[in-house]
Amino acid sequence: MQKTLYITSNGRLRRHENTLYFESGEEKRAVDIENIEQIHIFGEVDLNTKALNYISQYGIILHFYNYYGFYSGSFLPRKKNVSGEVVVRQALHYLERKKRLFLAYCFVESAVYHMMRNLRERKEAESFLTAIEDEWEKGRFAISSVAELMGLEGRIRNIYYQSFNQFLPDDFAIEKREKRPPTNPINALISFGNSLIYSHTLSQIYQTQLDPTISFLHEPSEKRFSLSLDISEIFKPLIIDTLIFKLLNNHKITLEHFDEDLNYCYLNQDGRKIFIKELQTKLETTVRHRQLNRNVSYKGFIKLECYKLIKHFISDQVYSPLKAWW
Amino acid sequence: MGDIQEFSDLKFQGIKINYLYICKRKLWLFSKNITFENRSDKVLLGKVLHEYSYPKEKTKEVLIDNLIMIDILSDGSIREVKYSSKMKEADIMQVMYYLYYLKQKGIHKQGIINYPKEKRKEVLELTPDYEEKIQQALREIEEITAKSIPPPAQKQKICKSCAYFEFCWG
Ligand code: SF4
Repeated sequence: MQKTLYITSNGRLRRHENTLYFESGEEKRAVDIENIEQIHIFGEVDLNTKALNYISQYGIILHFYNYYGFYSGSFLPRKKNVSGEVVVRQALHYLERKKRLFLAYCFVESAVYHMMRNLRERKEAESFLTAIEDEWEKGRFAISSVAELMGLEGRIRNIYYQSFNQFLPDDFAIEKREKRPPTNPINALISFGNSLIYSHTLSQIYQTQLDPTISFLHEPSEKRFSLSLDISEIFKPLIIDTLIFKLLNNHKITLEHFDEDLNYCYLNQDGRKIFIKELQTKLETTVRHRQLNRNVSYKGFIKLECYKLIKHFISDQVYSPLKAWW
Repeated sequence: MGDIQEFSDLKFQGIKINYLYICKRKLWLFSKNITFENRSDKVLLGKVLHEYSYPKEKTKEVLIDNLIMIDILSDGSIREVKYSSKMKEADIMQVMYYLYYLKQKGIHKQGIINYPKEKRKEVLELTPDYEEKIQQALREIEEITAKSIPPPAQKQKICKSCAYFEFCWG
């Protein structure tokens, strides 16, 4: 499996002859460039075009995060897997209202399915689960636009986040989900996790012929790589939320792991390390895939979702979003 | 430069001939640039380019797709090395296609497929029958790749080792 490198400390990425090094203070570490697919940079890292050119030769993507741990952008090397055919057809699905709504609905359906899945085993959250089910069943057949769908998703998400209070430690009470700036620990955690899943999804999209700027649930103008937002909807509850529950309920992450700045609350370096390590383990965890009869990692499932979209665009197989069956 | 261009074109078509016999869906996907090369393929591609860039070298051994070795300058023959004779028909047609292509340019050669693992080799001559078959195959490639929808996936033994496996069946 192609590896992911996370750099949480400050330093410099440098190419020396045919090796890439990460140098931090006294330490100098060779990077296994042949086997790396993506690098996530959280620290303050210097790098020059020599290093950048070398990195792009290997098709490696760099994701950058700011001081607070929020995604700030990516360096994508010149893309190798390009298919005009796929892009044209992907655009067609955006332009035709019904086709767009179908895909938008699929993403939300899967997201809601995974939210419900997260609550299903929790007695404390029972009433919330019922409320989500009601809202979904009542709303989903009446949708006639992406905006309405977004509204429904928003209402469901509100109930979902409210339920967290029932089973997460008291320190991590959630009043309401606030995106930026997050001013309390739980919102900071969710934002951090969502940033990560967004960039991981982008990495997978990039390996395929999909155009990351053409999206369906989100407006293509919303963010540069809005398709990544769409696909992330599926994996946020499946990967990030379960991770957060685990880290908080096992007290692996506590209030100590947060720093506060004027308007921000954010995960500090130790907290980030714990989170990233746990995420990486999760992304590499495999599940038996019934059709493939092979083990597929969580990261692999993101890639499979991209494949399914391509098959949908080329009229090969109608898209059916992931619904974790395990 | 002209020669180099044509040579790579030739191989491109050669792969299509090969795919036509292996899996029509694979052919369609490949023709739409829907390909999933892994890292090692990319390294190989780099090697191919490298070979093109040094045309002065006497023997050009070119490795494509991790399967095919063309040794075009040796003793009046073009040679392919295959790891196994499983895809025999596809391999033969691919070599026949190279012979056919070269013939269009007035070059007459013999084809050799080596199966080193099986310690066997196959010597191929372009016959009128095969020329006819190649022309038919080219027409069929045209037809398949002109379709707007790919041929549906059909499970066969080779799917398991195909680069499209997860794409087709996931
Ligand atoms: S996986 Fe099977 S069906 Fe799909 S392209 Fe490969 S050989 Fe053809």
